[in-house]
Amino acid sequence: MALDRWIALILLGICLAYGYAAWFTMDAGLAPFMQRNPIWPSTFPKVLSVFGMGAALVILFGLEKSEEKIGDIDYRRLHEYKLGQAIVLLVLMVVYAIALRPLGFLGATSGFLIFGSFILGERKWHIMIPVGLIAAFFVWYLVSEVLEIYMRPLPGFLGLGS
Amino acid sequence: MLEGMLIGLQTALSFKMILVVVGGCLIGTFIGMLPGLGPMSIIAIMIPVAISMGDPSAALILLAGVYYGAIFGGSTSSILLNAPGVAGTVATSFDGYPMTQQGKAGKALSIAAIASFCGGTIGAILLMFFAPMLSSVALLFHSAEYFALMVVGLSAIAAFAGTGQVAKAAMMTALGLIMATVGEGALFNMPRFTMGIMDLQSGFGFITLAMAMFALPEALFLVLKPREINDSGSDNIKDMRISRAEARAIAPVIGRQSLQGFFIGVLPGAGATIASFLGYAVERNIATKEEQEQFGKGSIKGLAAPESANNAACTGSFVPLLTLGIPGSGTTAILLGALIALNISPGPRLMIDEPQVFWAVIMSMFIGNFVLLILNLPLIPYIAKVLAIPRNYLIPFILFFTLMGAYIGQNNATELLLLVAFGICATALKFADYPLAPLLIGFILGGMLEDNFSRSMQLYDGIAFIWERPMTLGLLVIAVGLVLLPSYRARRARLSAEGVADGD
Repeated sequence: MALDRWIALILLGICLAYGYAAWFTMDAGLAPFMQRNPIWPSTFPKVLSVFGMGAALVILFGLEKSEEKIGDIDYRRLHEYKLGQAIVLLVLMVVYAIALRPLGFLGATSGFLIFGSFILGERKWHIMIPVGLIAAFFVWYLVSEVLEIYMRPLPGFLGLGS
Repeated sequence: MLEGMLIGLQTALSFKMILVVVGGCLIGTFIGMLPGLGPMSIIAIMIPVAISMGDPSAALILLAGVYYGAIFGGSTSSILLNAPGVAGTVATSFDGYPMTQQGKAGKALSIAAIASFCGGTIGAILLMFFAPMLSSVALLFHSAEYFALMVVGLSAIAAFAGTGQVAKAAMMTALGLIMATVGEGALFNMPRFTMGIMDLQSGFGFITLAMAMFALPEALFLVLKPREINDSGSDNIKDMRISRAEARAIAPVIGRQSLQGFFIGVLPGAGATIASFLGYAVERNIATKEEQEQFGKGSIKGLAAPESANNAACTGSFVPLLTLGIPGSGTTAILLGALIALNISPGPRLMIDEPQVFWAVIMSMFIGNFVLLILNLPLIPYIAKVLAIPRNYLIPFILFFTLMGAYIGQNNATELLLLVAFGICATALKFADYPLAPLLIGFILGGMLEDNFSRSMQLYDGIAFIWERPMTLGLLVIAVGLVLLPSYRARRARLSAEGVADGD
């Protein structure tokens, strides 16, 4: 089964769960005065769940004929692409999200930029480090001084605000 | 109308606004030039900046400037490197790149700039006349018609998705609508589908979703499959002059394609990409025999046609956004999200309640086009140097700006984790050839769709509004027709093809 039909199967599952919630669980706690209303909070979701399930089934059973075309990237040959780099970069993004608060904006961002280019195969540290540091400071200055959105620049224990 | 234009000029010609237009156009040109980054990602990245400016006219002018700039920049990389940065400029590379190979890169860039300028300007003039007309009609609409109109818009987007793609586009629209129902709606005052998670109480963040749908997958694609760029064009841009005979040859092409592109852009679901391909095809068909030979080998007509069409279509796509408040493309959907965040609801009342916003945007289109022409023509050889930035530095920056965009708005690190998770899902969907724009359009329209649906249900005490209001019924019939038509036509084509095979 091709990837698009697997995804349709997953989406069908999501629609079923959503539909179950809309049809069977939402109306129980409805206040009596709301019940006289022609529209309930569950009305629109009920319609959507049916519609979504219909579309998912059409894809799943291949009712709509289409010639398969391969786009920019053929997922069947995913291992031939630089999959490792992409995954490590995604992990780096997660690390950044977790480290942003405790490490402060400047440290986390320059680290992200430096390690990002390292992962992509750059080894010229004398360029990577200054570029990362200057860019992090520049963006911090732009966001917190020009746009006036507060971002803690340094780690919390250095005592610059919360 | 004259009064409105003057108000618009007054707003758009202030020093700050001119700075905003110039800045937006430059940023758009720079980023749009980078292969693989489309206008949607650029606008998504710019939204936090636009919102924090606080002034709706400035925000919309900035984002619109970024939009034209991106289309313009995309055509530059199409011409110089045969690597379109934007889907709307793929047709530009058909004749633009051969011209570069023949050493006529300068001329190709000039023709592209002039064609874009004319397309954008003619589009803005048409917008100026059509938008008020459409708005006065739209003022007669009730919530029932609005509901039906949005359904028509959503189904048109699905219908234009291409052969064999209608069900996928419909599925993505449904998913977007489903995601829009998560959280606490204004209408019912109770949280829905939050599964008890506090972070979902206010629903999914629109910017996070926009970043995850467009910017992140595009960046990941760049990581997965590095494009080989053989930079030969950006160093030898010279002789940008166009002869009088050439100008005479492309003038009618530009005129025709500006008109055609604009009206294609107005249709929901058909944007700059379709307009540019169609413009190219039409011009090739009506050209003389000798000129047809030239198409694909560096014809100036083949370059001018898609360039004027895609710019006019970009302008045209503002018509449904500004008059009905219904976006017809992914890009205008993002613009709508930004406007809602700034407490402006585009629609027929926009022209009456906020004339300065409406007219300032239109006036800024003229200024933006002009800026693109005079700024970029002399500067393009230097701007093209951005194409030489090594990807090892570029990609971390793109990823960082994606993260920043989601973070600045909310100041919440959980949003970043959501971004990565959605980004991975979006990349998988992209692998399987699911279109992502319908998801975002569905997500943004979801709230309004449900509001209008609920209001009409309440007014008519049930679904009677569907048959008691003829216009609503008519629109809904059109919507059903739009969804069913492509599969009906495909079926008929298949049956007739089989018939032919049997006959043999």
